[in-house]
Amino acid sequence: MSLDPSFVGRTYPPTAPYLVGREKIREFATAIGATDPAHHDPEAARALGHADVVAPPTFPVLVTMAASRQIVNDPELGVDYSRVVHGDQRFAYTRPVVAGDELVCVNTIEDVSTRGGHGFLTTRTDVSTVDGEPVVAVWAKIVVRGEA
Amino acid sequence: MELPVQTYRVTRADLVRYAGASGDFNPIHWSDRTATGVGLPGVIAHGMFTMALVGRAVAGWAGAPDAVVDFGVRFTRPVVVPDTDEGTEIEVAAVVKEVTEDGLTRLDITATCRGEKVLSQARALVRTPR
Repeated sequence: MSLDPSFVGRTYPPTAPYLVGREKIREFATAIGATDPAHHDPEAARALGHADVVAPPTFPVLVTMAASRQIVNDPELGVDYSRVVHGDQRFAYTRPVVAGDELVCVNTIEDVSTRGGHGFLTTRTDVSTVDGEPVVAVWAKIVVRGEA
Repeated sequence: MELPVQTYRVTRADLVRYAGASGDFNPIHWSDRTATGVGLPGVIAHGMFTMALVGRAVAGWAGAPDAVVDFGVRFTRPVVVPDTDEGTEIEVAAVVKEVTEDGLTRLDITATCRGEKVLSQARALVRTPR
């Protein structure tokens, strides 16, 4: 799978806002067995200084994975999604995500390479509130497996 | 300093629940037919589910649900989840590498399933509890 290296540095338009729901945070926390009251009870979250329930650290992937379809579905880039494997994932927080946040994603292609017949694509997604407050930067590396 | 090992049991029901919560409905995480059809040994856990369990361990060690400042992993090997009541188990261990001057703790993390490493370069930076 040969990916076009000229895409490095390309930034996409901001995505439509994602409203973080309290019940979605509770559902996600329950699915991963995270029982800390701050994920479930607004009062417990407020005791830590947050406006509402706090999302677990990997929660933003719900928002960024959907946002990154902007890249993997870019017909010019030509990623074959059926051959995609998740390689790396990283979150660098300015502050945790809390219920009530309206989040906007800006995707940038940081690196594109081809090695051993496989394509490697590193994306950076800057997640901020609709008011422009930075929340978390999220990196993902995907591998597009070559034809065997 | 080594932190206490955390063990998490993972069953097919957990994968279904995570699929719904995360919106990742890739059938390799619930269909044996699809998983084996693309050359996997069987249904595998979402990499992000494993990372979420590690995040849970990290928050537990840090003693606060909002302590994680930076968290990254590389997915090296799939976690195969058999269709049994027992499923499989993921073991998460970590060592403290450094406590920075501004009060952050750097952790190097190991996640294994059936004795094999499923993540590499797993690292977290956490705030020290208030």
